[in-house]
Amino acid sequence: MYDFDYHRPTTIADAVALLAQAEDGRPLAGGQSLIPTLKQRLAKRSDLVDLSAITELRGIRDDGGTLVIGAMTRHAEVAASDLVRSAIPALAATAESVGDAQVRNLGTLGGSIANNDPSADYPAALVGLGATIVTDRRSIAAEDFFTGLFETALAADELVVSVRFPRPDRAAYQKFPNPASRYAVVGVFVAKTGNAVRVAVTGAGAVVFRHSAMEAALTNSFTPAALEPIETPADDFNGDIHASQDYRAHLVKVMAKRAVAALQ
Amino acid sequence: MIKFGIGQAVPRTEDARLLTGRGRYTDDIRLDRQTYACFLRSPHAHAELRAIETARATAAPGVLAVFTGEDLETDYIGNLRCLVDLKQSDGTPLKTPPRPALALRRVRHVGEPVAMVVAETAEAARDAAELIEVDYDPLPAVVETRAALDPAAPGIWPEAPGNLCFEWQRGDRAATDAAFARAARVIALDLVNNRLVPNSMEGRAALGDIDKTGRMTLYVSSQGVHGLQKQLAEDIFHDKPERIRVVTTDVGGGFGMKLFLYPEYVMVLYAARWLQRPVKWAAERIESFLSDDHGRDNLSHVELALDRDGHFLALRVDTVANLGAYLSNFAPYIPTHAGTAMLAGVYTTPAIDVRVRGVFTNTAPVDAYRGAGRPESAYIVERTVDFAARRLGLDPAELRRRNFIPPSAMPFETALGSTYDSGDFARTLDTALAAGDAAGFPDRRAAAKLRGRLRGLGLASYIESCAGGGPELATLEVGGDGKVTVLIGTQSNGQGHETAYKQIVASRLGVAPDDITVVQGDTDRIRWGSGTGGSRSVPVGGASLAESVRKVIERATPKAAELLEAAAVDVEFRDGSFAIAGTDRTVSLRAVAAAAAPKGGGPAFSEESRWRPPANTYPNGTHLCEVEIDPETGGVKVVRYTVVDDFGVVINPALVAGQVHGGVVQGIGQALLESCVYDAESGQLVTASFTDYAMPRADHVPPIDFHLECVPCQTNALGMKGAGEAGAIGAPPAVINAVVDALAEFGVEHIDMPVTPEKLWRTIRDARAGR
Repeated sequence: MYDFDYHRPTTIADAVALLAQAEDGRPLAGGQSLIPTLKQRLAKRSDLVDLSAITELRGIRDDGGTLVIGAMTRHAEVAASDLVRSAIPALAATAESVGDAQVRNLGTLGGSIANNDPSADYPAALVGLGATIVTDRRSIAAEDFFTGLFETALAADELVVSVRFPRPDRAAYQKFPNPASRYAVVGVFVAKTGNAVRVAVTGAGAVVFRHSAMEAALTNSFTPAALEPIETPADDFNGDIHASQDYRAHLVKVMAKRAVAALQ
Repeated sequence: MIKFGIGQAVPRTEDARLLTGRGRYTDDIRLDRQTYACFLRSPHAHAELRAIETARATAAPGVLAVFTGEDLETDYIGNLRCLVDLKQSDGTPLKTPPRPALALRRVRHVGEPVAMVVAETAEAARDAAELIEVDYDPLPAVVETRAALDPAAPGIWPEAPGNLCFEWQRGDRAATDAAFARAARVIALDLVNNRLVPNSMEGRAALGDIDKTGRMTLYVSSQGVHGLQKQLAEDIFHDKPERIRVVTTDVGGGFGMKLFLYPEYVMVLYAARWLQRPVKWAAERIESFLSDDHGRDNLSHVELALDRDGHFLALRVDTVANLGAYLSNFAPYIPTHAGTAMLAGVYTTPAIDVRVRGVFTNTAPVDAYRGAGRPESAYIVERTVDFAARRLGLDPAELRRRNFIPPSAMPFETALGSTYDSGDFARTLDTALAAGDAAGFPDRRAAAKLRGRLRGLGLASYIESCAGGGPELATLEVGGDGKVTVLIGTQSNGQGHETAYKQIVASRLGVAPDDITVVQGDTDRIRWGSGTGGSRSVPVGGASLAESVRKVIERATPKAAELLEAAAVDVEFRDGSFAIAGTDRTVSLRAVAAAAAPKGGGPAFSEESRWRPPANTYPNGTHLCEVEIDPETGGVKVVRYTVVDDFGVVINPALVAGQVHGGVVQGIGQALLESCVYDAESGQLVTASFTDYAMPRADHVPPIDFHLECVPCQTNALGMKGAGEAGAIGAPPAVINAVVDALAEFGVEHIDMPVTPEKLWRTIRDARAGR
């Protein structure tokens, strides 16, 4: 690990100010991606702004039917929350499926989405549920938030404060985990609200995406069989030693069908 | 007393200490004025080393010294040496290229140490290592086993044309050829034994120290101190062994990988001598991936000849073994002598012909890894038998039974010259089929089908060879206070040797376990030892220890007779006391020891023994595995696992169950998960972290149903056969046989390890498409 200056502010405003002043600063949330990267000297940061003392970033609450989760809420807290489990069980299940117990006990919702790993689970849930990301200065629709490989719409000194999740009628997440890392080789989040169906896919491409062909088919007939004829183009997909492009494309259909089947 | 006897599943006496953080591992040792080392490692698989500029690193804050290969050359530091003297089939010796502790003029694998920085802190050493400028001229590399012998492959060593280290032959080629010529059926298949990264929980670590007289001490996480001491003295520093002390404290896993001398151990001593200060190095996890010796990595072409009734007539095996870029201590021994002798398996196969070619590649060295050659052989035999059964339309268990060596044929000399002293292979098979409810399998398969899963049943009747490697020295001291000290040259890596040795002493000498201390891992305290490897510690070390116990009793008897005022011939020892035969007059060992203790201190009795096994032992057994496959994703899960082992006499069933569990999990890891991948173009190790290299976890493994069906060993003094590696030997073929069984409906006859999800999915897809 290279040397850096460490800060632990207690307010969002102080954190944003510290990030703005830093030459090459980075917020530290749960640290589950950032710390290993620093330890391996794959990244060098002038300043780390630890968000763990900012109480306004924590907590889970119901806001008139919308579920609001603070950015510094740990995956384990989301998984165990009675509020989340009753409002959006699929979201609790998604949190429960992240990494391993150690990661879930430290990793946070805000940290995960700000990092935007292409194989992370939360981006599928946020896009699938049509969530809104609230920052220290604005609100961003999930589809506009995740912009590319490890890229988001956040400015360098902008902090995720919370995420607002509208309640779907039904939702399910299915993923095929990488046996080594337990990241999603492919993860598909399906949500149905009224007649509207959203299908979000993580792990397959550079960034989470909505699968419009599947959404159209499911709007027409919300059954696994409706997905059978849909082939997903694999040209832009990730291919690596764990999964080739066409295997990932195949898994998109399998996981989508299983998510829909779970909601029958 | 009997509560701690031989054969009882007593809890491990070391666990309270290890599980409450009171273990003392090498990296826990802090010496005064200790310094820290960082190794700069090659980023290239193969490159000319044109120049190394160290001035900026040397001048960096906190840096004490920077060393390169040229420094070692200047100071006449010896090379690390391959300790195996292997004769090729043409009578010439194998090729043994030089291996300096730091690269000289050329690098040959990613992660090879190029320079060493020593600084006041680990951080300063690492910062400075980044300031070293190395001028590399990259060369084409070859990393794949199958590509190494290709005439177009880049050459790694001028003295080894075609990257061939050795070509070696065993068995009877003429008899084998003749048997094949008259065979009713010939079965052929190609098998991959995948490369594995050992991944001990505690990484390698070493701390070098030197005293005012120039005598050096190496603290190192090892599997035995004496072998390292000898090499460091004789090969590296050209000094007397007593001038280098080697100490090993607690060890968190070795699996064979910590047996060997490594460059970093040479360097911490060299640097300590240069600086006259202690120098510490502890591997980061990525260094473990890059620079620990790897395991396995063989390709084998196998042919089996059978008669009309399914009797094996002959076996032909042609193996290419990847040895890496440099020869580690025992590298050429593993795919040759260590493993091939077991190619007869548990069968009567009368003729066997084996050829092994060892090849150099631009990869980390390959050496012994849990089983060391025997898992490779067991995989060849047990996969081939299963493959043949399917081809012949026979039940795999039935084909095995037809060819088993019967107990009545013991001792049995195999076609490759091993003499099995004992074993009842049909019994372990029958017990496994019963315990694992093989009869109920069709119902379980049908139930799985309703859930959309393919269920398969696989078995493997393995045999292996243990307790070789020469004698072990065990010293037993009884103090004037009656307390007992065991000094022994084996080295626990976590197996629980301390408990097993205490059981042997407690049951034979009648001493409470709390009054026994086991000392291992210090060349100053233990005169000699062979170390831990090849499942030999308890079978050989334990037998030596039992002999030392006998000698102590013999030595103490005259003193006891004196105290009892009886003739020595009338005195007998039982349950911790000496008694006049036929009377109730006794005197305790403690009282005898108190009377015999020298006035000036020191033990009352001290006896040593060096029991040499007259032959190898042959642990064997049957593994029965059931898997379920998700055909849509290619995911596979081991859902039921039964093991029946013959380990001969067992000192502690709980310890051997632990060994079997760990071994089976490693075998499942090899069969389904662990894939060590070097990029064929760049030679980079792609799987250099746990993010990409899948280790088995608790949820990959079902409860393991473990049974013992033991036949006492006829050649071991205590009847033991050894248990440390068996799990990892039986599991890979059992798992793959189960996977193939699950896929049988698609006409799939074989799938190579590791059965990763995509590989399995493609196999099913291609089979369905009739490809």
